[in-house]
Amino acid sequence: MLSYLIFALTIGGIYALLALSLNLVWGSAGMVNLGLAGFFGVGAYASAIATGAGAPVVFGWGVAALAGVAVGLLVTFATLRLRDDYLAIVTLGFAEMVRLVALNERWLTKGADGISGIAAPMKAELGTSGFNLFYLAIVSAIVLGVWWMLTRLDASPYGRTLKSIREDQELARFAGKPVLRFKYEAFALSAAIAALAGALYAHFQSYFSPDHIQPLITIYIFLGLTAGGVGRPAGAVAGGYAVLLFIEATRFAADVMPGLQAVQVAAFREILIGAALLIVLHLKPKGFLPETMPKAPKP
Amino acid sequence: MTGALLAVPAIGFSAIFAVLRYPSFAIAGWVTLGAFAGWIANTKLGLPSYALLPVAFLAAGLIGGLVEDRSLRLLRPAGALTVAIGSIGLNIVIENIIRFFAGNDLRGFNLPLLPDWRFAGIRVGPQQVENLVMAAAIMVAVFLFLKFSRFGRGMRAVADNPDLARLKGIDPKTISFVALFLGCGLAGVGGVLIGLDTSIDPLTGYRVLLSVFAAAVLGGLGSIPGAVAGALALGIAEELALLVAPPTYRTGVGFVAILLMLTFRPRGLLGERAL
Repeated sequence: MLSYLIFALTIGGIYALLALSLNLVWGSAGMVNLGLAGFFGVGAYASAIATGAGAPVVFGWGVAALAGVAVGLLVTFATLRLRDDYLAIVTLGFAEMVRLVALNERWLTKGADGISGIAAPMKAELGTSGFNLFYLAIVSAIVLGVWWMLTRLDASPYGRTLKSIREDQELARFAGKPVLRFKYEAFALSAAIAALAGALYAHFQSYFSPDHIQPLITIYIFLGLTAGGVGRPAGAVAGGYAVLLFIEATRFAADVMPGLQAVQVAAFREILIGAALLIVLHLKPKGFLPETMPKAPKP
Repeated sequence: MTGALLAVPAIGFSAIFAVLRYPSFAIAGWVTLGAFAGWIANTKLGLPSYALLPVAFLAAGLIGGLVEDRSLRLLRPAGALTVAIGSIGLNIVIENIIRFFAGNDLRGFNLPLLPDWRFAGIRVGPQQVENLVMAAAIMVAVFLFLKFSRFGRGMRAVADNPDLARLKGIDPKTISFVALFLGCGLAGVGGVLIGLDTSIDPLTGYRVLLSVFAAAVLGGLGSIPGAVAGALALGIAEELALLVAPPTYRTGVGFVAILLMLTFRPRGLLGERAL
């Protein structure tokens, strides 16, 4: 039970990081990213390949973040001038492209077999349970760090500019803000966080394959962030952990109903997740920790 | 060839976009629903292939129209993106309800086996020709509907200028439902055409979703002739891509095509402005 809890909290932390990433690009800068799973995959593969070539794990995480930045800049460049609906379609396609490349470029990613034996830091020294606890501490510390950083960012003039771009980019441009630069930076930073989450996941599981780049992950994070509160880092963190709690709860809900086959259980759980997204959008579109807008100072 | 089959769900997607202004991800679910409705009519009731199309159209159109209208209507004031995200949730629900009852197995339609025809060394399957003819007939029917029927003209009016259409006494609620009925129904027909060509499973719709998007974007989002042109262009591009890339990258062609089109001609072949 304890090891299950530790496992769940670690994965919850990784979801929280993904939610923070989505919150930065969607909640703050107003650019939707349905390709979150793609950036997650890029980070996982980048770190797995780098450490597989002999680099230390921390270096691998750095490589993952840099790969995220590079790919994020590329995607931004390709989509910069697009309307919301186009951005949604293109980013969804991007995640599919990452999956296709991972599946087909066997020399780099080992194809459908996936990369196994990804280095787990300190696992030999700490033993399995010690490693799990140690890894939970690392992931939680990173979540806390990224959350603190993004909260500071939100409160800074930089964060306010991002939100002004979200509200009305023409107005922001009129006020002399370099809108394009802000968009590039926000998307790249967000992609780096998602890629880091992917790297953390890959080293925790010691295995990563194209099957992990599912659109379903992106949907989990949209559910978590919407329920938590779009536009507020604390909402993203809470939403990330809450969505994991919900996913695990559906596992128990499915256990209660006897006589279902494995595929029916999986289908039932996904129905609950899709329905939850619809319900949250209807009942709590601003989330449980809604964004707080400070009043404009009196002149 | 694949382009012509793809054109049918792409028209459905564009019809919904033109009137309701959001990209419906749930179209994937309606493709799958139509495919399964057709499969049941074919294998359980023994209907021949051409009779499956109206079955799939009505099943996907009625269920899809009602469900998508009811479940996403209240989200519309919050903006297109919110509705689109809601449609993603809806898509997961539909796909998994089908999976719950049908499982993940591949299913084929019960079709008569016919020998291939040969023209000057090229082999052509009679079923493929029949699919192509059916796809063409559906497209003609849709154009006639949009051009001459009351609802079709109403849809075009709302797509063109919703405020003016309302001023002229066109009820936006009715037209929204008609657009969803037509869009979801065409998606369902597309599912049958794809199923007749290959086989079906709960992911049938999701697998073509990106290609449907690509076709609609290539032709210009919201333009129905554009969706046809985009689907045909995409079908040709997918075949040509085989010359330079392995067939496993086939679904990636749509993505590359979208990016190229949006970079050089963002409004698509026949469509509106994207910026």
